[in-house]
Amino acid sequence: MAEIAIETRDLNLWYGTFQALFDVNIRVKQGMITSLIGPSGCGKSTLLRTVNRVNERLGYVRTTGTVDVMGEDVFAAGVELARLRKEVGMVFQRPNPLPLSIRDNVLFSHRIHRGNEKVSRADEDVLVEDALQQVLLWDDVKDRLSQRATSLSLEEQQKLCIARLLPVKPSVLLMDEPTSALDPKATEALEALIWGLRGSYTILIVTHNMAQARRASEECAFMLLGKMMEIGPTDALFLSPKLSETADYIEGRYG
Amino acid sequence: MSMFARTALDQQNRRVEWLVKTLFLMMTVLLIVPVVLIMGILIQRGAPVLSWGFLTEVPTNGMTAGGIFTALIGTVWIVTVALIASVPIGVAAAVYLSEYAPDNWLTRAINLAIINLAGVPSIVHALFGLGAFVVFFGFGRSILAASLTLAVMTLPIVIVATRESLQAVPHAFREACWNMGATRWQTIRKVVLPNSISGILTGVILEVSRTAGETAPIMFTGAAAFLPFLPQGVLDQTMAMSLHLYVVSTQVPNVPEALPFGVALVLISMVLVMNATSIAFRVYLRNKRKW
Repeated sequence: MAEIAIETRDLNLWYGTFQALFDVNIRVKQGMITSLIGPSGCGKSTLLRTVNRVNERLGYVRTTGTVDVMGEDVFAAGVELARLRKEVGMVFQRPNPLPLSIRDNVLFSHRIHRGNEKVSRADEDVLVEDALQQVLLWDDVKDRLSQRATSLSLEEQQKLCIARLLPVKPSVLLMDEPTSALDPKATEALEALIWGLRGSYTILIVTHNMAQARRASEECAFMLLGKMMEIGPTDALFLSPKLSETADYIEGRYG
Repeated sequence: MSMFARTALDQQNRRVEWLVKTLFLMMTVLLIVPVVLIMGILIQRGAPVLSWGFLTEVPTNGMTAGGIFTALIGTVWIVTVALIASVPIGVAAAVYLSEYAPDNWLTRAINLAIINLAGVPSIVHALFGLGAFVVFFGFGRSILAASLTLAVMTLPIVIVATRESLQAVPHAFREACWNMGATRWQTIRKVVLPNSISGILTGVILEVSRTAGETAPIMFTGAAAFLPFLPQGVLDQTMAMSLHLYVVSTQVPNVPEALPFGVALVLISMVLVMNATSIAFRVYLRNKRKW
């Protein structure tokens, strides 16, 4: 039985008076890729944003229930958000590299989390190469690391946005429709790289793309109207869904 | 007759279109007439007195001869001290208002206060400076008092320019930083400020040109009509270009006619050079920036 990386228990969430999540229970297995599918507005992104608590910045968000990451309650008193977000990286729909060089982008998170500790340039070079290798970007950009990241193609930018999370050794990567701004070829490249990251990181990925969930995830969770409907191995969920709602959704009867 | 042929209605629309365009063009031309006239007259009447000596000699013969050296250096003093006082305060306040301040009644009140500060007439600032810096704080009539008065007056320029350039930095960058666990300050220092520096500098340079040209606020607080020597520190009085222009134009008898024009030409050239620098700088930095 695999270890559990993310576990929610009876998670309810309200934006003001609107309830977006209803008693959500999910156990995300460590080192696996779990996809979250469901129609727009079903709470997939909300669930994702609750794991690194970035939802709270909105100010009018209220939650009940618990979320554990690597066995620790993220809502516990004394949880430092900077620590949580170092452990739980987030990738967005639109690539959002910082307006810095490629190298500085990869090192950004590492630099803000290491305080005044001195790290030699050679050690930083190792971090940069290692991170860019993992996202299959190293060969393309190794000769132009000082170039502005915002001048890269969208595909390269999104790879970079994943790469910049890696030097701080997160255990969980949250991805919110990471390929929705990309063309099919770039999507394929991103899927290949995400697939390559499994085992090293626990990946929770929100997707609108049924084929993507099927191709690029090992576990799949189907959400509807804020409720967790069905979770299981991706193949099983697609081949023999237990609920008729799941079957209807994956067959494209609504979405 | 073709279905696309011009009708009477089209004819009328075209006539109105032409009239409106011509009217707006005339207004625009009207706008630049004073600028061209001022510059033209200044150059025509002031250029003859310009010389190296005019810039490097002190005024002599009851300010009817000699140069403007003391006034020029005095203006540099006043502007420099005013910048040292206002830029850190203005930038810090703008960063707070843009990056930290919650949207509540206090923040809105502060913003309103800044707008009002920008609308206060300069003579009122002058009297405030006289009361506050010269008398209450006991700086006397000095560069310090004059510069602080100008600093208060020009703070809104720095604050508004800084705040606008901060807000021009896309929000996605901040989101990215926060999601990596960066604090607000780490985000500001590493991403927001470096990308808004051009707008901030533009504000600072605008402030310089405004500060160099103001007369009323320094008249009661630290600028002297005539001093035969340069200031030695911030508690000394000083001459200044703007006040010097006022004095030689209206207060001193037997001034050669060209002299005030020369002073005005130098003053306006300083301001124009500043503004041109500001524009060039902004264009340069904008071209460098890409997102």
